[in-house]
Amino acid sequence: MKHTLVAWMENKPGVLNRVSGLFRRRNYNIESLTVGHSETPNISRMTIVLHGDDRIVEQVVKQLTKLINVTKVVDVGDTPTVVRELALIKVKAGPGTRSEIMELTRVFRARVIDVGAKSLTVEITGPEDRVNSLIGLLEPFGIEEIARTGRVAMLRSGNGSRAASVL
Amino acid sequence: MKLTGAQVVWDSMVREGVDTIFGISGGAVIHLYHALPDYPIHHVLTRHEQGAAHAADGYARATGKVGVCIATSGPGATNLVTGLATAYMDSSPVVAITGQVATPAIGTDAFQEVDITGITLPITKHNYLVTNVEELPAVIREAFHIARTGRPGPVLVDIAKDVQAAEIEYEYPEDVQLPGYHLPEKASMALIEKAATLIQEAQRPLIIAGHGVVLAGAEDALLDLVDKTQIPVITTLLGISAMPEAHPLCLGMAGMHGEAYTNLALTETDLMISLGSRFDDRLTGPVSQFGQQARVIHVDIDPVEIDKIVTPDVAIVGDLKEVLPALVGILSQEGEAPGRLQTSEAWLERIQGWRNESAERDIVGQETDDLVPQYVMRQLWHATQGDVIVVSDVGQNQMWEAQYFMHHRRRGLLSSGGLGTMGFALPAAIGAQIGLPQEQIWVTVGDGGFQMNIQELATVVQERLPLKIAVLNNGYLGMVRQWQQLFFEGRYSGTPLLGPDFAQVARAYGIEALTVTEKKDVESAIDQAMSTEGPVLIDFRIVQEENVYPMVAPGAPVHDMIRRPEPVAKRPNPGSAESQ
Repeated sequence: MKHTLVAWMENKPGVLNRVSGLFRRRNYNIESLTVGHSETPNISRMTIVLHGDDRIVEQVVKQLTKLINVTKVVDVGDTPTVVRELALIKVKAGPGTRSEIMELTRVFRARVIDVGAKSLTVEITGPEDRVNSLIGLLEPFGIEEIARTGRVAMLRSGNGSRAASVL
Repeated sequence: MKLTGAQVVWDSMVREGVDTIFGISGGAVIHLYHALPDYPIHHVLTRHEQGAAHAADGYARATGKVGVCIATSGPGATNLVTGLATAYMDSSPVVAITGQVATPAIGTDAFQEVDITGITLPITKHNYLVTNVEELPAVIREAFHIARTGRPGPVLVDIAKDVQAAEIEYEYPEDVQLPGYHLPEKASMALIEKAATLIQEAQRPLIIAGHGVVLAGAEDALLDLVDKTQIPVITTLLGISAMPEAHPLCLGMAGMHGEAYTNLALTETDLMISLGSRFDDRLTGPVSQFGQQARVIHVDIDPVEIDKIVTPDVAIVGDLKEVLPALVGILSQEGEAPGRLQTSEAWLERIQGWRNESAERDIVGQETDDLVPQYVMRQLWHATQGDVIVVSDVGQNQMWEAQYFMHHRRRGLLSSGGLGTMGFALPAAIGAQIGLPQEQIWVTVGDGGFQMNIQELATVVQERLPLKIAVLNNGYLGMVRQWQQLFFEGRYSGTPLLGPDFAQVARAYGIEALTVTEKKDVESAIDQAMSTEGPVLIDFRIVQEENVYPMVAPGAPVHDMIRRPEPVAKRPNPGSAESQ
């Protein structure tokens, strides 16, 4: 089963190595890991997607928390969450296919960010399944390159309105 | 006050209460060594950095204080690795200082450069690479704080050579700034009450006392709990000496080489109360077949240990020194069902029955003139009354020590449990003896492990340590030979071991030595060693192919043991095993 963890850590040299080393050493199976700045200076925020049953995930949370530089870990679990991934997709496109690809891009609310004579580069942001769908539809045209960020996640605001995500 | 980085290190250590360090000098720590004589710190020169790390570990285990070792960059640092991994597995508070090449050279594959923080990442509680002298005071302060608090463990501080020489305006920080370091909060009273209820409901309760009892200094609290409830206790290897082994309710070590009654008790108990034990595989055997009739209370200071191997019914994260008195307090309250506090007589009688049966099979009760290792250990116990510290090595000698030496003294057994590091005993005993100069300390070691750090005999002499060393010499890497005999068609591949004449080696170092080849000479040799002021080595030439029994075969549940063979006179083939 897939789980999403969000971890905050001091932005110190080697901290990413500590986290990835922990996953390797304890034989935890991670699918994606993204890291970047958080709202607090010197604190990085990491989103980790991993496979495992609840017991394994609980161990991962505890092991991560035990790392001295990690300040907080949250298992997103069933909590209402906004998850997003960004992907850049370079797809073959000629005079005969360009408009069809641009139409697909529009339907997915993605954007064409670079146009060449023989290819287009598309940027899509959304839940992973939507990214996957677009990639699936673009495949027949011939995909030359894909760069995906992996999942980032944020808990929904707890205002009781169950506001749907805008996208 | 303006100090160099090197002076900062030593000044900070003095403030942390350090008076002894173990190490070897070298190019990348030369500034540190240059500054050292100005500080009231005794430097013990070991003959190998592994010895320094084990000595710091042994010092920590014996005294409860943080042990410190120091090594130069590159090979000096990598030689610490086995010692740090040993300390990490057994939660021993150690601070290791290593020199690193100068900051501009880092990453260039400079002479004697190695990424020691990268290498030690998975075998330290935390580590630091210091490339800015301004960070140094806080790092040293944090290193000691992390090493000694919570679940203790080793911390490595790698200091670039130019940082040691650089000057700063020095002030030792009062507090540590560690936003990600969480010490356990006070344990939940509700959970302790729940644990008390399980204890009152249990018919056949059993306490598993682990190393955590010793590390927490909760021996008194454990005794109090046992005296109030009459619950019998088994220990892990490192839990030995958490409770006096002569106590009628202390059953001793359980697990792969536990006495049969301890493993039968583990199998039939309906409530395991695990105190500071991590359910190591040497205790549990296959987890799917472990403690199937039992509910489980698990108390540990490290939340990671909860539900790692065994899923408990009640999990308490906290310091045993606080949890146990609280538990005893609840159990002692007058009120409902006071009669249920005491463990049932039937359960204790059942255990006693198993104990009697085991005693009949015991080799030390049998008539043999052979120099068997069990007899040596038993005599050592008789002579010392269990009131000394024993530092055991790893392998058969370690298990015979655990089985036949009844520890009375607290922190009376120091041994490498988790990592099982051969060569641990001699250097660890050096650290222990330096930490506790008034105590009598025995090293018990096989001929294989002894040769892994035999060079530290020179340290024993240089430091004038009165260590007593008992070598159980059987000419084999004995535990592996035993496995080969029992499970690998008797093919002794790579296990026969040629050693030197250990007595002559000892004398060459300036250590008194005896060689014992006959059972009748064991007692007098031990007496002679004990009445000698300085260090003594006894080379016991024991029966070569003696095995450690009982033994739980790898993969078998703990109640399924290879028991001790029938008495010698009845044995068809010496050393062969009778399965039961």
